[in-house]
Amino acid sequence: MEQSALFDWNFALEILPQLLEGLWVTIQATFFGFIISMAIGLFFALARRSENLLISAPIGAIVEFIKSTPLLVQLFIFFYILPRYGFRVPAFQLGVFAIGLHFSTYTSEVYRAGINAVPRGQWEAARALNFTAFQKWTRIILPQALPPMIPALGNYLIAMFKETAQLSAITVVELMLSARIIGTSEFRFVEPITLAGILYFAVSYPSSLFIQQLENRFGRAN
Amino acid sequence: MDAQTNNIVRFENVSKAFGDLVVLDDLNLSVAQNENIVIIGPSGSGKTTILRTLMTLEKPDSGKIIVNGQYLWHREVNGELRPANERHLRKVRGDIGMVFQHFYLFPHMNVLRNVTEAPIHVLGQSRKAAEESARQLLDMVGLSTKLDAFPSQLSGGQKQRVAIARALAMRPKVMLFDEVTSALDPELVGEVLSVMRQLATEFDMAMLIVTHEMGFAREVGDRVLFFDKGRIIESGKPNDLFDNPQRERTQQFLSAILQH
Repeated sequence: MEQSALFDWNFALEILPQLLEGLWVTIQATFFGFIISMAIGLFFALARRSENLLISAPIGAIVEFIKSTPLLVQLFIFFYILPRYGFRVPAFQLGVFAIGLHFSTYTSEVYRAGINAVPRGQWEAARALNFTAFQKWTRIILPQALPPMIPALGNYLIAMFKETAQLSAITVVELMLSARIIGTSEFRFVEPITLAGILYFAVSYPSSLFIQQLENRFGRAN
Repeated sequence: MDAQTNNIVRFENVSKAFGDLVVLDDLNLSVAQNENIVIIGPSGSGKTTILRTLMTLEKPDSGKIIVNGQYLWHREVNGELRPANERHLRKVRGDIGMVFQHFYLFPHMNVLRNVTEAPIHVLGQSRKAAEESARQLLDMVGLSTKLDAFPSQLSGGQKQRVAIARALAMRPKVMLFDEVTSALDPELVGEVLSVMRQLATEFDMAMLIVTHEMGFAREVGDRVLFFDKGRIIESGKPNDLFDNPQRERTQQFLSAILQH
């Protein structure tokens, strides 16, 4: 049997295009997942503030349940259990929705902290000037609440980027699964897994430096 | 307006408590159109709550408030009084404007936009018309050179004058001033009071002013109320109330105030 080098550079170069394809899927999943998490998170945050207990209590329970169970369990529920009830969606879309939903519980906390940080007087001034509830949110409260949230949301974006590796468990061929597929078919894991790690790092480390810059600019929400 | 009188605001048996602390105790008060009423009294006496129930920032526990002939916290349905919904509150509170102790300017908008935002989006004025009248108001309060400044770049006195222009831009029939000079450095109080003097004489609106500035109260008040423990202890023309208070509680308060 041929003695293989500890790290075969030629092999690494050969598999790089396939891994970059996986990375592209990872980036897409992160992007769409994050948009979903921001939208649902805002909905959760506003619903939990509702004075109507029939809205705030059930939403609060749902948020706590999602936050307190592993993403992997949620992925399996979406992937293996929902199709039994006729709910058939491709793995990528399911995974993106599941990870977006999971992280929406975190983003909703960021929104909540940001909204609570807007001084009470701003609400009173909005009322005294007779803005509608919708105008109050869109013109007075959210424009003040959102900028300080940007660093915290950015940190969740990076966390989410790394967590998309879990989508490999439901057959989404993102970066991690691409690496594993190469490993099992070529019987070499060192190069694909190492490269995958380097690619994750190459995206998330500059991103976190960028987020630190934002923190300097906007301050921290929490 | 009331049918028989020319009252723009009337409180009828209004009460409000926060837990055990009674801040409004069966309050009855009528405010005539264009009348300037100054409310004085010790801290925690409930003066501010009078303004806050009228601005719909606090809900009274009982009693009725009538603004320009309409119930504020109630709506009439088939001759019965029901609690007001948000839509009704919006309709009636449009006649009322308020200036706060701590200004509450919108920090993400420049001065001009602070003043035009509500006229454009609440009253439906065109941007051009709203900016035109905002410029006039800001000129009147002496801030025509600060249109593009943000609140963080202004002094307290300047912020408060913007806040006054912002409230005036909504053309209220009643303006509420809640200790508007209390948060200011002493040397900035004068510029705000001089704007308010001008409002008191030149504007067609009633003013309800909660203040600790006794000289100002005497000068602009058509009527002064001494308020303590949720009740009007004494009211009258400024000169009568300040120079010849009838009630012991009023005398104690005034002598305590005037000593320093």
